[in-house]
Formats: sequence, structure tokens, C-alpha cells
Amino acid sequence: MSAVQPIVRIRSRTAVLIDQNIDTDRIIPARFLTTTAREGLGKLCFHDWRYQADGSDDPSFPLNQPQARGCSIIVAGRNFGCGSSREHAPWALLDYGVQAVLCSEIADIFRGNALKNGLLAIVIDEPEHRWLLEHPGIELVIDVREQCIALPDGGRIAFRLEPFARHCLLNGVDQLGYLLQHAGAITQYEQRENAA
Amino acid sequence: MTARTLFEKVWDAHVVVPETPDTPAVLYVDLHLVHEVTSPQAFGDLRARGLPLRRPDRVLATLDHSTPTLPRNADGTRPYANAEAQAQVTQLEMNCREFGVELHGWDSADRGIVHVIGPELGATQPGMTIVCGDSHTSTHGAFGALAFGIGTTEVGHVMATQCLLQRKPHTMAIYVDGRLPRGVGAKDLILHIIGTIGIDGGTGYVLEYRGAAIEALSMDQRMTVCNMSIEAGARAGLIAPDETTFAWLKGRPRAPQGSAWDVAVARWRALRSDDGAAYDREVRIDAGAVKPTVTYGTHPGMAIAMDAPVPAATNAQERRALGYMKSEAGKPMQGTPIDVVFVGSCTNSRLSDLREAADVLRGRRIAEGVRMLVVPGSEAVRRDAEREGLHQVFTAAGAEWRLPGCSMCLAMNGDLAQPGQLVVSTSNRNFEGRQGKGARTVLASPATAAASALAGRIADPREYLAEAAA
Repeated sequence: MSAVQPIVRIRSRTAVLIDQNIDTDRIIPARFLTTTAREGLGKLCFHDWRYQADGSDDPSFPLNQPQARGCSIIVAGRNFGCGSSREHAPWALLDYGVQAVLCSEIADIFRGNALKNGLLAIVIDEPEHRWLLEHPGIELVIDVREQCIALPDGGRIAFRLEPFARHCLLNGVDQLGYLLQHAGAITQYEQRENAA
Repeated sequence: MTARTLFEKVWDAHVVVPETPDTPAVLYVDLHLVHEVTSPQAFGDLRARGLPLRRPDRVLATLDHSTPTLPRNADGTRPYANAEAQAQVTQLEMNCREFGVELHGWDSADRGIVHVIGPELGATQPGMTIVCGDSHTSTHGAFGALAFGIGTTEVGHVMATQCLLQRKPHTMAIYVDGRLPRGVGAKDLILHIIGTIGIDGGTGYVLEYRGAAIEALSMDQRMTVCNMSIEAGARAGLIAPDETTFAWLKGRPRAPQGSAWDVAVARWRALRSDDGAAYDREVRIDAGAVKPTVTYGTHPGMAIAMDAPVPAATNAQERRALGYMKSEAGKPMQGTPIDVVFVGSCTNSRLSDLREAADVLRGRRIAEGVRMLVVPGSEAVRRDAEREGLHQVFTAAGAEWRLPGCSMCLAMNGDLAQPGQLVVSTSNRNFEGRQGKGARTVLASPATAAASALAGRIADPREYLAEAAA
């Protein structure tokens, strides 16, 4: 994956997954990790939570409910994405149509993986998080440049992205390309280590 | 010079380009461990961009996640769970050939779980930075290495540049004072720690385990502790190297040899947190208060002493967890009927773990209706265990003795439990469906797993060990 699409703003209604500690096994069970591709994982997203035994949609899964259809912003319970480092989790979420996850705390590895793939994993303060959990279905505009979320009533929720991640999102920067620019410094480091 | 923590010393020594407010540090990676599940897309990226793998000599690959643990079929084929699993293994074999990476594949005498073979080969060394597309890379912190899991995009970054873009994490010291009681082990301790600080208590931190009870642990036990750092949300957990570490590493194939060994040990002795080094957070744990500990919910932070009452649910997630597990608030986990026992995984599949389980099982039979799988962490562990006759202890008790691999820890190779079955497992995650759709997992030590297999219920191993000693 070299070229990354810039992401400046996302507008969507919210869907709520109220559970805390939604782990990456729940986002995509390990038995589906035998793939050697990144694509096409959306149908497997939340697989064991989302489908009934006969393969039909489980109506009790929050994102299967009519009001959640078409929502690309998920407000999730605290500590979303904990557990396995599988990048298949953000790949599956993006392919399923999720563009942003808002949470008062997001697991480290998942957050890093998500942002590298253009999935906005955004940490917000607890009072605002609680309010959003209690008010599903409201339309939000997430502005990456301004680092704020606009509410329908004109209210705003500020958030902070790691500056480099934000820069990469806004400008579609390919992080490997950026790292490769440091090849000279890396070679010098290796020479220094060899000499030591 | 200001006093520095162990983590800061390792970090500082690997900074290629320092971090700034706008940009993360470029951090050098000494050892990149690779397995079949999280690497194919990264190799694909290299190929698509026409990039070489920068340092094949710093990459070590193995097959562990998708591999069957049953022997070959009569026709010589391997009993893969499906064609895709086999294709994934074939893909890694091809990728390693193409990019010149050393692969411990089916024909290697050293194949095994990536976090078991790295240390076994002496590839894991104090002061190194070690990464792998696997969250349990924290295991290698037991040697005083800064070791953490990364995603597949980052696997590609390391392949192409031997570096990662990283922000410096916070530090947390976990002091474990006193001594673990008899019959209580490293697994009980780490479950107790996670139960204390919580499943997200370590998020944003690198943990350093310190104190008398940590210093008294063997290397296998230290690996068990560091392995589960991620279950408290911490990407890495470290223990300062000491004589126990050096004695364990000496003579291993990839460890420094001859005079280089003495030079290395002299350097490694400096890898300790300086007196007065400041941590962002400090936690104290009393080892003497730790009992045989198990989980009762659907994440590793839901852990308690097996004889303590299960706490009442306080939110929707906990209610769902107790419902899924059929755990009853107010009742202890001890005595709960079980269906399956799994001894294995990068947490507890080393020789001492197998000995611990065998000591409980020796001369006894597992309960009627219980299925028990024992899966060694590597070919070396399998050889050593068989030399000691441990495999006979297991099979005589009614357990299955399998080939090395991750197996039922994450149940992607076909080793799994059925919906509703309760598994007492020495692995690291009790998430919903982790060991098979609808399967219920109780995390425990190898001794507790073995005792539970005998009793057919969650049981205190100290009862069996006392009997064995008497």
C-alpha cells in the first residue's frame, strides 16, 4: 500500500457499540486470518456477533439495526481494539464501511494500525464519550485538520491526534516513503553499531 | 547524566533519528521475528514497490499459527484446517526463499512458536529491540529486551528499513515484593497483576517488573510474566537481565561465543534501572498474597483467586461476560465443571510448564469426559520432554500429546473447543470465541490446568501436589 488517500473530514451519523473492551478477536475471529490479502474482510467483521447460525443477520447485533445502517462512525465502549495486534481488524472495519471509531480509550496497537490505514481511531474525553454513547444516531462532522467534532446543535468536541499521524492523514503521506527518506541516517547508525 | 530506567537505556541506544513535537523517533530494530499470519501482505508490499528486505540477517521466521499439531496423514500430507491455511504456510516458505530469510519450517529441528524459539536459539538477547507482527512479542522482555508487537504495515516498514516510527511510551514499575507461596507460580502472579491494574491499566506504558519475587523467577517464569503484559494493555514488559538470564543464554546457538560472550555480559550488566530513575507510575504487589488464580469473565483482567467469589457485574460488558461464561456472581470458580484442558501457547508451553503439569498428572487419569491437549512450544521442547518421558505421563493420563504450534490458544489451525464447552487453558486470552465459536475459556497455570483435568472441575493443584509429596 503506497498511496494513501488524504482524509480531512468525515460526516456520518453514529452507531453505538456500548460494550467495553471490544477485542480484535471479536472484530475478526482468528480462524479468518488464514488470508494472504487485505481486501474483502468486511463480510467477516464482527462475524460471530453479527450473524446467526444460519448465516442471516442477527437482529440483536447493534450495527444490524435499521437506525445503524449506513453509519460510518462508531462510538464504542472504553478500550476498543484490545488484544491481538492483527491489522486485519482495521482492514475489516474499513471494508465494512467504518471510517471512524470514537472512544475514551483505544488500545495502543489497534490505534496505530487503524491510523496507518486511514481509519480514524480518535480518543475523546470521558464526559463527551459518555454523552455520545447515550445519544446514538446523531450526525457528526469529524474535522481532522481542526481536531474537533461538530455536533448538530453547534457544539464541538475537541480531540488530539498524534501530530505525525494527523499530518499523514491530511496529506495522504505514505509512512514507508517517509522512513525510506532516512536511509542515510539508518546506514550511519548501522556503521556506528558495527564499529562499537 | 540523569538516572535512567532500563527501558530508557534500551530506547536511547536505538534512536536513529530523535523524535520532535511533529515527528516520531526513527527506532532501530535488532531482531524481527516473522510468522505466516501477519507477514504475507508485508512481503507483498516489498514486491509491489520493488524494495529489497534491508537486513535478512536480522529476520527469523517460523511456522506456528496455522500449522496442524497432528502428525502427517497416511499419504504424507499435513492435516491443515483448510486449503487457505496451507496456502499461507506455502506463501511464507516462498517469501523467505525469495527474500533470503532464515525460516524454521517443517523440516527444521528448531521450529516452534515464534516467542519460544527466539529465546531458545539465543536470538533474543538483553538490550535488543525486538518486534514481530504478534502482540505477545512482549515475551522477550524477560531478557531485558524492548520487545513489542506491531501490525502488518509496520512489519513492512521493518522489512524495508529495519526501523519503526515510534513515540516514546510512558514507564510503569511493577514491584513484586516478598515471595510467591508454594504451589503458586508465574501464571498466577501475572493474572493477579492484570486483575489488579486492569485490562487497560498498562495502555501507553512499558512495564518493568522488579522486586525480590521477580528476581527469584526462572527465565521460563519471567517469559510467562512478560508475555501477558499486553493483556494489561502494555505493548512491552521488561525484566532487568541478571545471572539467571546470562546462565540461561550461555552456549545457545545465536548467543555470543568465546570472548565475545564476556564482552556481551559486561555490557548487559549495565542494563538495570539506575537508582533514583523515575517512572511515570509505580505499582506494588505483595507476592505472598497471590493464590492459584483463574479468570471468570471474557478478558484477562477479570481474574481472581479460584476460591474467591466471582464479583457482581457493574456494567453491560461485565453482565455480558458473566452470562457468556455462565459464571455466577458470589460463587467461586473452583469446582466449576469443565470439558477441555489445553496446556500450551507462548505463555506456558516451555519445558518447565510441561513438567509442572506432569508433576500433577503423574500416575493419575484425567476425569471421564474431559479432553486434554498438551502442545509443546517448540520441537526442542518436544524433544526434551520426550527424553524425560513427560509425553508418556500425559498419554498415560489420557491426554493428547501434539506437535508444536499455537494450537488452541487462538484456534485457527483446527484445534478448537465446541460451542458452550468450558476450557481450562494455560494460554493468554479468554475473549469470547477465542478458542472456538461459543467456547468458554478459563485462563490458569499449567498446574491448575492439570489438576482441573483430573478433577473434571476447576481444582487447586496444591491438593494434588501435597498428595504427591506425601
